[in-house]
Amino acid sequence: MLSLPAMAGMLAGCTGPLSTLAPAGPAAGSIASLWWVMLAGATALFALVMGLFALVMLRPDWARRISPARWIVLGGLVLPAIVLTPLLVFALLTGERLLPRLAADPMRIEAEARQWEWTFRYPDGGGAETPGVLHLPAGTPVDVVVTSADVIHAFWIPRLAGKIDAVPGHANVLSIEADRPGTYQGLCNEFCGLGHTGMRFDVIVHPAAEFPAALAAAAAGKVQP
Amino acid sequence: MSSSQDDTATSGASPPAASAGAALSLHRQLTEIWKTGPGWQRLAAVNHSVLGIRFMVTALVFFAIGGVLGMLTRVQLATPMATFMEPGTYNQVFTMHGSIMLFLFAIPMLEGIAVYLTPKILGTRDFAFPRLTAYGYWCYLFGGTILTVSLLAGVAPDSGWFMYTPLSSNVYTPGINADVWLLGVTFVEISALTLAVEIIVSILIMRAPGMSLDRMPIFGWYMLVTALMMILAFPPLILGSILLESERAFGLPFFDPTRGGDPLLWQHLFWLFGHPDVYIIFLPMAGLLSTMIPVLAGTVLVGYRAIVVAIIGLAFASFGIWVHHMFTVGIPHLALAFFSTGSAIVAVPTAVQIFAWLATLAQGKPRWNVPMLYVFGFFSTFVMGGLTGVMLAIVPFDWQAHDTYFVVAHFHYVMAGSIAFPLFGALYYWLPLLTGRVAVYRLSVPAFWLIFVGFNMTFFLMHLVGLLGMPRRIYTYPDVESWTWLNLLSSVGGFIMTIGFALAVIDLLAQIRFGRRVRRDPWKAATLEWAMPIPPAPYGFASIPHVETRADRVAVGEVAPALARGEGYLGFTRHGWQETLGVHMTTGEPEQLIVLPRTTYLPLWTALATAAAVLSMLAKLYWLTALMAAVTIALFVLAARMAGFDRDYGRLPIGRGVSLPVHTEAAHPPAWWALVFTLVADATLFTSLVFGLLFLWISAPNWPPDAVPDTDLALALAAMAVLGISALFARAALHALVGRRAPRLWMALAALALLAVIGAMVVLIAGLAPHPTAHALGATAAALLTFVVVHAGIGLLFLLTATLRLASGHASPRRAIDLHLTRLWIDYTAITGALAIGLVLALPALVTMLGMRP
Repeated sequence: MLSLPAMAGMLAGCTGPLSTLAPAGPAAGSIASLWWVMLAGATALFALVMGLFALVMLRPDWARRISPARWIVLGGLVLPAIVLTPLLVFALLTGERLLPRLAADPMRIEAEARQWEWTFRYPDGGGAETPGVLHLPAGTPVDVVVTSADVIHAFWIPRLAGKIDAVPGHANVLSIEADRPGTYQGLCNEFCGLGHTGMRFDVIVHPAAEFPAALAAAAAGKVQP
Repeated sequence: MSSSQDDTATSGASPPAASAGAALSLHRQLTEIWKTGPGWQRLAAVNHSVLGIRFMVTALVFFAIGGVLGMLTRVQLATPMATFMEPGTYNQVFTMHGSIMLFLFAIPMLEGIAVYLTPKILGTRDFAFPRLTAYGYWCYLFGGTILTVSLLAGVAPDSGWFMYTPLSSNVYTPGINADVWLLGVTFVEISALTLAVEIIVSILIMRAPGMSLDRMPIFGWYMLVTALMMILAFPPLILGSILLESERAFGLPFFDPTRGGDPLLWQHLFWLFGHPDVYIIFLPMAGLLSTMIPVLAGTVLVGYRAIVVAIIGLAFASFGIWVHHMFTVGIPHLALAFFSTGSAIVAVPTAVQIFAWLATLAQGKPRWNVPMLYVFGFFSTFVMGGLTGVMLAIVPFDWQAHDTYFVVAHFHYVMAGSIAFPLFGALYYWLPLLTGRVAVYRLSVPAFWLIFVGFNMTFFLMHLVGLLGMPRRIYTYPDVESWTWLNLLSSVGGFIMTIGFALAVIDLLAQIRFGRRVRRDPWKAATLEWAMPIPPAPYGFASIPHVETRADRVAVGEVAPALARGEGYLGFTRHGWQETLGVHMTTGEPEQLIVLPRTTYLPLWTALATAAAVLSMLAKLYWLTALMAAVTIALFVLAARMAGFDRDYGRLPIGRGVSLPVHTEAAHPPAWWALVFTLVADATLFTSLVFGLLFLWISAPNWPPDAVPDTDLALALAAMAVLGISALFARAALHALVGRRAPRLWMALAALALLAVIGAMVVLIAGLAPHPTAHALGATAAALLTFVVVHAGIGLLFLLTATLRLASGHASPRRAIDLHLTRLWIDYTAITGALAIGLVLALPALVTMLGMRP
């Protein structure tokens, strides 16, 4: 039988261009840490409940000594309270740290989705526009303003950060940051019709100092290595 | 009762020898009255045992269809860049897999279980509205067939089972695919809603006498809470479907952001249904587990009261956490934190149940048998699904995992695993009741292990591939990624699981033929469904027990023969009536003699007319839709016209020295409570509509509209006043009838008032600004006014029915239920109508306030 401990083993070393467990930015990094903590906790709880089930079935004499009220109070009330309270506090703090930093006034990039392609615009970069490729400066927080021209899509670069939906009529802001220069992959994560599967985009992260020039070159149509 | 060990007392002390003959004679008389005829007469069946089995078998057929569709997706995804299916086909297949599993398998299956089992466990002979059960079944069958045929025709829904708009709008899905979903699913949902009302009324007032609510077996509590959740959860989806269909068919822009609608409104309405739906499906399964586990452990359930509190808490909580399906739509983080906390807290009532079951097993001597194997399968999958559920309730993690295969894995653990394992365990457990045979376990054990191993192999690996970034609903993927081997193993697991399910079904069918014959109660259970000969006779109990303790501690061995001898209530026949008892809602004191309708083809004809209305709507033949809707309504009026009796009976003896009024003369017959709970559902729909208007006002783009609403104030106020007057007329009519005076004049005046209201509403709708097709403001105003028209129209039908029944002698001063119902309906219409019209009048002020919108 497969179980949660097995998962930990299998995940070690599991990488890939879209892996949330190979983070390349602070947001994806803190969510990955959150995941590993939750995995450990969940594994322990799963083992506990299934262990109790096994004890009840195999060692009924032991199990019968615990009073019914104690089973329900300890397992149904105390256990969830102990597990959930710190988890919820930790998650709230993590989530707050991931929000767009309005006060810091970071660079803004507009990502517009339509069936079935992405267009990126750079109001801070002279109004440059790069279809299908998102250019980012490394080590710099960027607010991506995500909109849609038709149906609902979702903007997601798994190795950099969580996702946000592109909802027609609304503008959503996602804060992302890449640690290092390199090429990453992004995709549409909300089912949007026939071309949903192919609605991907590349993310090219440039050294921060070279970013303006690289963006200008890309917008002018020259392919960036 | 004097003797304390006498769990379920029955009166009389007839000598055994004489009574054996009496029992057989009683059996013959009751069977003659309650039986469903052979051949074509089967289509006229209204009996709960017959219909319950039909529901379950039909649901299993749809489970097989949905399963095949699931396997098709696994074939397509087994290898990268597969060309097995085109993306268009794949979209139809996964949409229909989800839609069938949820709407045509899970919910009808729980309804079938409720219909078949609940009356037996509660010690009564049938449900409250047998013809409505039959109508619900036919609607389900026809609606499900429409959806399935659309798949064969290649025009099946293809926008995903949650049908997010604008993708499902007529701009981006111009064919009839989305209409099939909206109409087919709404058809099935309305049948589910009628059944939910019936389940509530039946549980509340049709139990064995003496069975107060706190003596009700835990299964009754689970079904009661489930059905209450259904009447609160389905109306938002039904409303959403009506609004989306009217956007598609008539251009009313409720969800179109370019005309003041908002696609997020659909998501709110959908998940207001969708999240409670998870618990609606899970709770009956938990009810089966709570019933089976004590028997399999040879003990009684531990923590009965804690479980009742837990499931009520779960029901409340489940309505407050729908937003956790929408963590990525751009809602402020602190609001998300609220819903996140709520979602995590759901773990508490769930854990209470898990540990109550563990404690029950611990207190008894659990036996390993096939149902227990499935209990084990349930524990492992449900705990796993619960833990990943808590993970997904954590907002930052959900931002990564949302809409990936991690979520697919999670909900298959909590929905597929937590339904399939208890369900198959329950099928093995109750098989002797259904067939009169106990299972011989040859194939059963290997079938279980194939399901268990296959299930975990398929879905466990999906967690992993999801974390590696694989999104849901893609029809293929490139080879370069680390997803390939995980997908292949998932697909292999899927086939193992499918073989397991196929074997289990073959095994169950074989048991019907080859199982060992058994007379009654093979599990030494202590609930009333076993206190009858098995398989059950159409009337269930030859006489109805009087319950003295909690009804999961019945001494079945003593009670069953006494009941068969007719020593309980109603151990005789009278006028060829199908008789059962109605009790006080909480105390369980007997209050009325309920006489149920015999077999009839009327439900079939009514459902066929309804199906014709749906099909003509699909074909866009709206005149035919109107005609068929009129036929459906006429058949309902006809059914109501023939209900009950055309004379008074006074109090009639029911045995054990008790006499009760017939339900037609009782203060609150089942129909009264049915209307009360129908109005609860209707009020939920109305509230959802008001919520929709306010939501658009607060959040939708392209507000305010160009035109400012300018409603005819005098006409609107006059309509409100006339609505109130119509309610007064309805009361006067009731007062007249009960006071033995002629009510007809008052009824005619009430009808005239309602007609005037309808006329005023039509004028108001025609003069709406902005035009309903131009802006969502006009569309929602039109929807509110149409709500009034529909309710006033139904009020007219109530008056029409009452008039017909007065003329035919079915209504009398003592049988005044028709006018009671009419009074209640028109009161409700007046209140909601005043609110609706008032809201429309307030629209200009709302628009002016938009300057304050953030």
